[in-house]
Amino acid sequence: MIKSLDPRVTREKIEENNLIAPLTPMDNWETYEVFHQKKRGDQHMHVGIVHAPNPEMALLFGKEQYGRRNITANIWVVKTAHVFASEYDDADMFETTPEKQYREAGGYKVMDKINKYKKANKG
Amino acid sequence: MYGNAYIDPNEKANAMIAGEDPIKLAEFEARIARGEKIEPKDWMPKEYRKQLIRMIEQHGHSEIIGALPEGTWITRAPGFRRKMALMAKVQDEVGHAQLLYSAAETLGKSREDMTNDLITGKSKYSNVFNYPAYTWADACIIAWLIDAGAIINQVANAKGSYGPYCRALDRICTEESFHLKYGHDNVVTLATGTPIQRQMVQEALTRWWPPIMHFFGPSDKISQHSEILMRWKVKMASNDDMRQQFLNMYVPKIWDLGLVLPDPNLKLNEETKKWDYTEPDWDEFKRVINGGGPCNAERLAVRRMAEERGRWVRKALYNASEKYVTPLA
Repeated sequence: MIKSLDPRVTREKIEENNLIAPLTPMDNWETYEVFHQKKRGDQHMHVGIVHAPNPEMALLFGKEQYGRRNITANIWVVKTAHVFASEYDDADMFETTPEKQYREAGGYKVMDKINKYKKANKG
Repeated sequence: MYGNAYIDPNEKANAMIAGEDPIKLAEFEARIARGEKIEPKDWMPKEYRKQLIRMIEQHGHSEIIGALPEGTWITRAPGFRRKMALMAKVQDEVGHAQLLYSAAETLGKSREDMTNDLITGKSKYSNVFNYPAYTWADACIIAWLIDAGAIINQVANAKGSYGPYCRALDRICTEESFHLKYGHDNVVTLATGTPIQRQMVQEALTRWWPPIMHFFGPSDKISQHSEILMRWKVKMASNDDMRQQFLNMYVPKIWDLGLVLPDPNLKLNEETKKWDYTEPDWDEFKRVINGGGPCNAERLAVRRMAEERGRWVRKALYNASEKYVTPLA
């Protein structure tokens, strides 16, 4: 029997070898991805996961784990199983993005032409 | 880029990377060398995965078990404000375990397996929690100095290479700063209080000094595999370096309060600018970590009791049609 410095533990009369059946898969349920919005107007940001048996409990745990200290306006939970993600190995599909200057404001430089035109037509 | 493509399996230092695809390994090491993070679905050496699971899981267990010696003092903390603060701290620690277990899960070990390995004694947790908190002052010393040690360790590891672990540690470090201030405040209150309070905090400090010196783990001379784990940014600082950093930051603060540390050899070496100290008793450390400490049996028995008594709730909410999917990040 465990005799503890903590009287609450001693009162529980716990056997020292209180072996229990091992946990089995899904004992801790599936996971939900948690998205946290700090204040109205901000984007929701992914902050981590919680284990929960249903979406309502996932919201409750999400509040406890991610909204307890942070300022929070709103929380979303999404089943991990419902998130479809791109592969990091396919990151090359994003590679040409910075090269596409024709769709950026900085890709259009007209001042040279205007100045040249003005100079040529002066007087 | 680190190393070349050929791995000589007979080289002893290469045992950890034996059998790995040399090209993938080189890409992996180059990514880390560039300061990029590794994410869960990336290719990684088997040993990287294994060591990270072991480390993050143990860290999670330490948060759970660490809540026990401190939780003992919630009902007996002096004054309502300290009760509220200690309750918040213990709640934080349990929350940290949730974050850490989540990070370890992304590497492919289920939370159920982690709990099983904890309650059967297969996985370890921080050795300091195998010692009891005899008095309120012990709880104060833990909150100040053990959390101080934990912050040094966690701030270092937060710059590591594994994305999910770094993200968890960033959150954890923010909360730990409150623990440290709270612990320091309590120790200062006792140390500047009545003669009985001073004696109580001095005795607690004397009791906790050896476990605190053990906290960062065995000396680098004994520790194995360090080099490759540091290259992979799994281990960010050597045990001895972290211990030195701790002594540097906290010994002066302890001495400021006129408290005495139970090591006559402890002093700052003016030449090396490092702290000299009596080598901690590593046999005692091994004896306690392998089950011989004053509280090992109690800690695990209490954890098993909690697991068993809460089981019916989890079973009642269990939905057989759901399937487990490894979390994304």
